[in-house]
Amino acid sequence: MALTPEQIAVKTEELKAFIAEHKDMPGPLMPIMQFAQESFGYLSLENMIIIADSLGIPVTEVYGVATFYAQFSLTPKGDNIISVCQGTACYVKGGAQVLARVEKELGITSNETTEDGKFTIQDTRCLGCCGLAPVMTINEDVYGKLTADMIPAILAKY
Amino acid sequence: MENMINLTIDGVAVSVPEGSTVLEAARAAHINIPTLCYLKDVQQIGACRLCLVEIEKQRGLPAACVMPVAEGMVVRTNTPALREQRRVNLELLLASHNRECTSCVRSENCELQALCREYGVKEYPFDGAKKETYVDEVSPCVIRDNSKCINCRRCIAACNDVQQIGAIGVSKRGFKTKIGPIFDFSLAQTPCVNCGQCIVACPVGALRERESIDDVWAAIGNPDKYVVVQPAPAVRASIGEEFGLPMGVAQTGKLAAALRRLGFDKVFDTNFGADLTIMEEGNELIERLTKGGALPMITSCSPGWISYCEKFFPEFIPNLSSCKSPHEMEGAMVKSYFAEKMGIDPKSIVVVSVMPCTAKKYEAARPELSNNGMQDVDYVLTVRELARMIKQAGIDFAKLPDEGFDAMLGESTGAADIFGATGGVMEAALRTVYAKVTGKELDKVEFDVVRGTEGVKEASIDLNGTVVNVAVAHGTANAKKVLEAVKNGEKNYHFIEVMCCPGGCVTGGGQPIVSSKDLQYVDLKKVRAQALYNEDAGKALRKSHENPAIKALYDTYLGEVGGHKAHKLLHTTYSQKDKYYC
Repeated sequence: MALTPEQIAVKTEELKAFIAEHKDMPGPLMPIMQFAQESFGYLSLENMIIIADSLGIPVTEVYGVATFYAQFSLTPKGDNIISVCQGTACYVKGGAQVLARVEKELGITSNETTEDGKFTIQDTRCLGCCGLAPVMTINEDVYGKLTADMIPAILAKY
Repeated sequence: MENMINLTIDGVAVSVPEGSTVLEAARAAHINIPTLCYLKDVQQIGACRLCLVEIEKQRGLPAACVMPVAEGMVVRTNTPALREQRRVNLELLLASHNRECTSCVRSENCELQALCREYGVKEYPFDGAKKETYVDEVSPCVIRDNSKCINCRRCIAACNDVQQIGAIGVSKRGFKTKIGPIFDFSLAQTPCVNCGQCIVACPVGALRERESIDDVWAAIGNPDKYVVVQPAPAVRASIGEEFGLPMGVAQTGKLAAALRRLGFDKVFDTNFGADLTIMEEGNELIERLTKGGALPMITSCSPGWISYCEKFFPEFIPNLSSCKSPHEMEGAMVKSYFAEKMGIDPKSIVVVSVMPCTAKKYEAARPELSNNGMQDVDYVLTVRELARMIKQAGIDFAKLPDEGFDAMLGESTGAADIFGATGGVMEAALRTVYAKVTGKELDKVEFDVVRGTEGVKEASIDLNGTVVNVAVAHGTANAKKVLEAVKNGEKNYHFIEVMCCPGGCVTGGGQPIVSSKDLQYVDLKKVRAQALYNEDAGKALRKSHENPAIKALYDTYLGEVGGHKAHKLLHTTYSQKDKYYC
């Protein structure tokens, strides 16, 4: 769900408090960015500017770190998070075709969010249930032994 | 006494101060190790893997630019294995490089191209995927073409470390690594102040100025247009370099001759505008000192500095001198005073400025810098663009006779020449302010205390009992230091000169590009500034208020210095700007 302006205001204050607490520790950038990512679900330009200004570094540096590590996202996550496993077992059982079908159905690629904010596809390696390969999760729901043809019906449930 | 370290490079005994790198030691011995990402005083990160060397008793091929020297070290810079490895590294760079060299603005002045030639790269064995490419052409001053970028990061070091602007950075990683603004913004949407220091730092053609050459040729070729040109003080200090003439020698006479041969109807001189600026700015300073007004007063000649102030320190906007910059004053006088005296319709006049600067292109388009719906200046060319035009016109610059500038707006004093060097505007202002305040002329016009390339210079000048505290800062990082000291109450200045580019206009972003290799051996800031100080020293008149053409302008047209008409035509306003436009 998108954050309301009130929620953003509260979370922004929390972020500023967290920065104040951590800015003088060694290597403060990553923990602060992780806090913002966790709290907002992504790193907005506004938050990257807040982080950069309070640490006295250019925004480009925060952005550089944000785009270097897969753990950070620059766009809000969708209401439903789809993880199509590309680990070894799923991959050999056709995980790539499943992912391709999900991408085609939604019109986005991995680590993107649909324009209506409904779905995000997340880069995924092993989900730990290789017996069900190829496997995909949507939020907490697990779908196993998939074929590409099963995807439209599954997506329709959300 | 510095601790000296002795080592051997290619069989040559070398002695260098402790803490030097192998690269510095080699270059001190005139052994040329190739580099791409290294730029003296700007960046040394060992990223490009061109400066590889062999060191006895050490494994691998360390990068010379980040390898400190050690006593007894035995270095080899030129073995078959090194030559082979460097060539392969160049071939790898070329694999994803846009190789349209024939249409590239940096052809013949490209460090990558020069190295490929030196190392005998004859084919492209690694031809594979090309980088995701885009050309950012939104900025009025700086154009980025990522297809030519080799990820050396020299532009980032210039923007981030030297200037402390932080408009560009590196994002993503691996093959997708990208240099540029955040979120694929255009430079025009970032804190960029258009200084162009990224352009002169770039070894290849990934950064260039927005060209106005075609527009200027079209104006010259249009019989209905009266086209007037004016070169900035710093242009004469560097233009010769583009034609193989020695560095540090002003080519004022050949510059005027070349401009005339290009077909301009009048060849005026921004130096006149500089003298005029001193009249107005000197008067403004005296008014603020005696009648009140925001102090310290800060100079306003440098459009990069103005943008920096508007974006980073808007609280200092009231401190900025309201004076337009010299070429804008000159343009305003061309379209009013000159047009009226000559009976020319100002609407038919096109004013072209040749500037050592990329930010002047943005400045010329500022809506505030206009009069009666006409921009004071229509087109701005960098020194590099002017050199291209001179070459296109088949003019043999080095063989030109020395000529002068045209009368009415072409006469100048030595005070104007030094505007192009850090401290020069301050010195020129002090020469005139001293005379106005004390009623006496200086015996010695040189203010050595504000000369030189130290980051921040300070002085207290006694004007007949009134002590004026002045500071001079060049480069926005130094400007930031000075402004923060003023803000914190640590410093109490009356007058500050700020130039956006390190060294001032002589090393501006629109100046001829000198390769990293050549910069190792020359202090460009000092050498080019000396050319201007020599010009000044050679002139009979060295104070702006002694310029007879300036006197004529006030007597016959403007009236009083700082008067109503002068204010309308020669002064301007500023406003706070956002760092990011989304």
